[in-house]
Amino acid sequence: MTQTEWDRDAVTEVIEQKKSMPGALLPILHGIQDRNGFIPEDAVPQIAKALNLSRAEVHGVISFYHYFRTTPPGKRTIHLCRAESCQAMNSQALEAHIQARLGIGYHETTADGTFSLEPVYCLGNCACSPSMMIDHEVHGRITPQSFDAIINELKEMAA
Amino acid sequence: MITVYVPRDSSALGLGAERVANAIQVEAAKRGAAINLVRNGSRGLYWLEPMVEVATASGRVAYGPVQPGDVPGLFDTGLLEGKAHPLCMGPTEEIPYLKNQERLTFARVGITDPVSLDDYLAHDGYRGLRNALAKEPAAIVEEVTASGLRGRGGAAFPTGIKWKTVLNTPAEQKYIVCNADEGDSGTFSDRMIMEGDPFVLIEGMTIAGLAVGAAQGYIYLRVEYPHADVALNQAIEAALAAGYLGDNILGSGKRFHLEVRLGAGAYVCGEETALMESIEGKRGMVRFKPPLPAIEGLFGQPTVVNNVISLASVPIILDKGGKYYADYGMGRSRGTLPLQLAGNVKRPGLIEKAFGMTLRELLYDYGGGSASGRPIRAVQVGGPLGSFMPESQFDTPLDYEAFSAIWAVLGHGGVVVFDDTVDMAKMARYAMEFCAAESCGKCTPCRIGSTRGMEVMDRIIENQDRTKNLALLRDLGDTMLAGSLCALGGMTPYPVLSALNHFPEDFGEKNVAQVA
Repeated sequence: MTQTEWDRDAVTEVIEQKKSMPGALLPILHGIQDRNGFIPEDAVPQIAKALNLSRAEVHGVISFYHYFRTTPPGKRTIHLCRAESCQAMNSQALEAHIQARLGIGYHETTADGTFSLEPVYCLGNCACSPSMMIDHEVHGRITPQSFDAIINELKEMAA
Repeated sequence: MITVYVPRDSSALGLGAERVANAIQVEAAKRGAAINLVRNGSRGLYWLEPMVEVATASGRVAYGPVQPGDVPGLFDTGLLEGKAHPLCMGPTEEIPYLKNQERLTFARVGITDPVSLDDYLAHDGYRGLRNALAKEPAAIVEEVTASGLRGRGGAAFPTGIKWKTVLNTPAEQKYIVCNADEGDSGTFSDRMIMEGDPFVLIEGMTIAGLAVGAAQGYIYLRVEYPHADVALNQAIEAALAAGYLGDNILGSGKRFHLEVRLGAGAYVCGEETALMESIEGKRGMVRFKPPLPAIEGLFGQPTVVNNVISLASVPIILDKGGKYYADYGMGRSRGTLPLQLAGNVKRPGLIEKAFGMTLRELLYDYGGGSASGRPIRAVQVGGPLGSFMPESQFDTPLDYEAFSAIWAVLGHGGVVVFDDTVDMAKMARYAMEFCAAESCGKCTPCRIGSTRGMEVMDRIIENQDRTKNLALLRDLGDTMLAGSLCALGGMTPYPVLSALNHFPEDFGEKNVAQVA
């Protein structure tokens, strides 16, 4: 899916469903990202109009929050924890392994569009450090070997 | 029918609990054994997760850590009768780690089916709410004040006083906001409550609503907790259907509605005013105080903002009385604190104890020392804005005042352990980097100071003009401490300067005892 290809009907539906909630902007942005994988910049005027906000205000909110993205993610998004508890369990070595293995850095997507890599500051899985989350599933006590096994399994599932 | 428990807690799932649950179902079917599989919360003994429990005539028996491949062997040796096996830990309640705890807030976590209202009621649930419904609002507030409960999110402000302010501020509409943006590294007690006993949080918020006259509540939940989102929404739906939430709570004519709102990965939204901005649909920018949120909070209305653990401690206070809760603890720290032991530690987990235990007891008696087997060199207590503490401070009792006396913070009770391979100058640099990444940008000391701090740390690490740069680092720390709008900029100097004070050798200095 390229930047310009996104589901306008889904966006309209989300906006209509949520626009009368008090403080509707975050729920709308979540709804759009859940449906579409990202928040298309072309959708900003429509969101702004529905909530009687300026486009700058909507853009300001999207860009403030790390979780919202304006580009399409890979099929799977890996959120790797960079916080202290994981560091105490050698997450920096794991980080180096993952970046080398996938051939990408943070905020990047593999060339085949399979994986995106994002940093995260704590997944609340600190008793099982180091941690990562793939889409909505947390994985704990990750080693370079267990990371490779998980990635291989996901690749097989996708194939 | 034998009941088998496999946690649905996200950390247990992250270690394979789902596959273990499936393997148990398959194996039981293969052997024609009728089992009732309950997906409980975690007991918080994380080195044993995935921990499987079996209900026997003499109580529950624990096995862990169980992997799917262990399941056939476990059945062979008599898992369903609670028989011996190398993975068998004996009766769950007798495991010393659990037995020696004082679980008030976590009384049900790991025991019940988190989303079963019947199970909640069968384990003393909603007794606090029933008592609250029979009381005048001021009497509910009085009970919470008498308990001595202080905000468990980190600031330790007396909860009763906050509630009283909201109660005494007249308004048509008031709000109860639960701060469930648990962003501190090393903390997971909020998550465990929300995944493992969501009704206790819902009950606590409902009582808060009755106490101050608020009919609407929001749980501001971090997006990194999808399992908590599911459990909370299931529990809210069940409570609503059974009349524990809604327009007529248990026939009292009182109203309270509850909604979960998701954050979007901004640490600063754990600061209460930024959190309210975020619920209002704005950038999570910190507000000036005053006005206090208790007077002018969410949508400009009087608002109680409390942490998950504070609110989840309210039901037992209303059930058993403020005095019962206040009888635990030491000094001005009353009740219990759910401590979270994480990082490089052999037995990580959740330990709820009355205030007053020493850090050393926590690290060694519970934690069993480091996971790597190397000496513990430093611990960071209270999240990324908490001080690093050296071995010489391990005899400090876990108490708000004892910690602040040595320029440390107890915060939300998270404890991250580091062994002797840690480089404290790098940790100090990381603290500045984290602040720079998460600053909302409203005040200069935090926005600019954190970036400059990172650069100064880089020069110190590279040994460029070290003496000058160390002086600059302290000066910058003073500016951030005194001039920041909220705790993010205002407390980043705690990890940075505590690392420098206690571990100067990592900064190229001689180790002579220094005082901040």
